[in-house]
Amino acid sequence: MNGMSLIVKKITQLMAGIIFLYGVYVMLHGHLTPGGGFAGGTIVAGSFILLIVANGIRVFGLHREEQLSSAVESIAILVFLLLATAGLLTGAMWFFQNYMPHGTPGNLVSAGLIPVYNLVVGTEVAAALLTIFLGFVIYKAED
Amino acid sequence: MEEALLFILIIMLAGALYALYAKDLLSAVVSYGIVGFALVIAFLLLQAPDLAIVQVVVETISLVIMISVLIISTREDLQETPVAKIKGASYIQFRHMMYVAAALVITGLFLYFFVASTAMLPAFGEHQTRMATEYVQHGAEKTGAINLVTGIVFDFRGYDTLGEATVLFTAVIGVLAMLRLVGKKEEL
Repeated sequence: MNGMSLIVKKITQLMAGIIFLYGVYVMLHGHLTPGGGFAGGTIVAGSFILLIVANGIRVFGLHREEQLSSAVESIAILVFLLLATAGLLTGAMWFFQNYMPHGTPGNLVSAGLIPVYNLVVGTEVAAALLTIFLGFVIYKAED
Repeated sequence: MEEALLFILIIMLAGALYALYAKDLLSAVVSYGIVGFALVIAFLLLQAPDLAIVQVVVETISLVIMISVLIISTREDLQETPVAKIKGASYIQFRHMMYVAAALVITGLFLYFFVASTAMLPAFGEHQTRMATEYVQHGAEKTGAINLVTGIVFDFRGYDTLGEATVLFTAVIGVLAMLRLVGKKEEL
């Protein structure tokens, strides 16, 4: 796979950043509008996959990329677990205790830990899907 | 609205059945996509935008992954395995009839229990669950999140979300372990 035509490559380069930002928007506004960590993370992974599909699999250093996304995925789920466990140390002492101040509902910074959970889960989902895709692509490239 | 849902359900069934009986894998994957995208419309009709967004992006990404895996891994079509004709046609016909009879008996059994259990459920569109009512009425003030679905998923039902994330993590580990990327070849 050597990538597609020049038009497809250029349009993809223009679009991928916007798609990435839209994914981050969906993640960050998960507690205000429909969406959230899973949807936003999948959109972010989609922007990377779009770039790889359009530009061909030999352009990037895919091995390093795959190791990086695998590490990011593992760290993200670890942070998620630690944030949830930290609820045991504070206040009412239960798992998944929302211990940060809630703020006024409707603001971007509100709902305590929920936006943080959204961001962490979004990172985890994006890195996981990207790792699976890169795994198959590298498997083909090494044949 | 139930008519529209029924129509979408029929389209989904047709897509799933075609995916089963398609001659080559690519058209099977594409017709499998019909099921996913019809499910998106069903979620939108049932007023669940959160689920619809997740479903549409996950369906697209999984279709891309499946098609790319299909294209780069194999180009062979499904081959019909020829039926063995060593033991005579009558024996095969008898076995075929046994299969059909067993399928009919099991279908009847499942249908009986399905009807018996759906009679106990509340009618379509009515919910009588106490927990859901509590969530809907006091969820926003308890979690501080305006989007109730996210409030429930990440606050009341945090365990489930952790489980989902763990399932994804396990899936990635499984894929990487099966492909054996590490230690297979160093250079690239």
